Amino acid sequence: MDLSNNLILVIVVTSIATFASRFLGILTAENISDKSKLFDWFNYVAYSILAALITRMIIFPAGALLDSTLLIRLAVLSISIAIFLYSKKNLVLPTILSFILLTFLEGIK
Amino acid sequence: MINRKYFNQGLKSLISSRSPAIALACSFIALGALFNNAGFNLQQSAASSFFTYALPGQLVMTESFLVGASLINIFLSVWLVNFRLYPMTVALVPILKHKSQPRWKYYLSCHMIAVSSWLIMKENYKRIDQKYRLDFWLGIGCGTLSAAVISTLLGYWISDYLTKEMMIGLAIVNPVYFLCMMIGAMNNIKTIIAVSSGALLGPVFYLATPEWSILIAGIVGGSIAFLIKDKKNGSI
Repeated sequence: MDLSNNLILVIVVTSIATFASRFLGILTAENISDKSKLFDWFNYVAYSILAALITRMIIFPAGALLDSTLLIRLAVLSISIAIFLYSKKNLVLPTILSFILLTFLEGIK
Repeated sequence: MINRKYFNQGLKSLISSRSPAIALACSFIALGALFNNAGFNLQQSAASSFFTYALPGQLVMTESFLVGASLINIFLSVWLVNFRLYPMTVALVPILKHKSQPRWKYYLSCHMIAVSSWLIMKENYKRIDQKYRLDFWLGIGCGTLSAAVISTLLGYWISDYLTKEMMIGLAIVNPVYFLCMMIGAMNNIKTIIAVSSGALLGPVFYLATPEWSILIAGIVGGSIAFLIKDKKNGSI
């Protein structure tokens, strides 16, 4: 099989593996009311998973962030959060600034 | 079929001061550039973002493809890394449900579940009439999905101009956005416990089992939050 055909299969397989979780979620949610205890449990588990994902991305990153140091990542993150809190929870400012700041810090390193 | 007023309201969440567009754009521009370097063509790159639309899974796919992993291995690693979408969907669909909404809309809408759109919906749903929440959600979902696909294309085109420093800078934006959204969501004691215990346990479990750490941390952290007594609301 040539490479480009194989790549299309890879994309299809990835999409199916991803949609499976979403679809299974719909089926599970069918008989769950938003006032039930089971809904509450899933809700807290989802928040907790996302929090775990975020700290993993920062402390044990994959990809490009591997080339930056933890200290610089934490510094950029703290400054961004401070801006978020002092700008009445504006999200555009801290996101743009985090990109500029980390790119700059990596440039002068 | 789709209530246009609520759909547009959802769509407009992309141009507010709370917009996820910057974070989405940065992470998918980086992904588009990565696709280009990995030897994908333009159509394949766009198709991946449109049909998968889940960044961690797409990264795993690219890495696995480059090392020549088998299809079954790719399926399993993507499934595991994107399994967070399962509890996220179960925690979202019940707040969207209304008997007047047709079934196909739920199936369509679940494809648009991603961390950014999920957090926006969780933040806003209480002020939207339950009857139209699904339309509002489809507005958010179409907006975020389009932003992701367009940014993938953009990243593919400009990949030659992105320096190594810029690629690192792009990669921090998503964690910054997610973290700020999470801080914004911590408005009751149980959510605060769920978020902080997940945040602490994630890296700890990572040392023992990198692949399963996020799921286990989430289940443990979420269960702790679920079981703790909330005196103010008197639930469990």
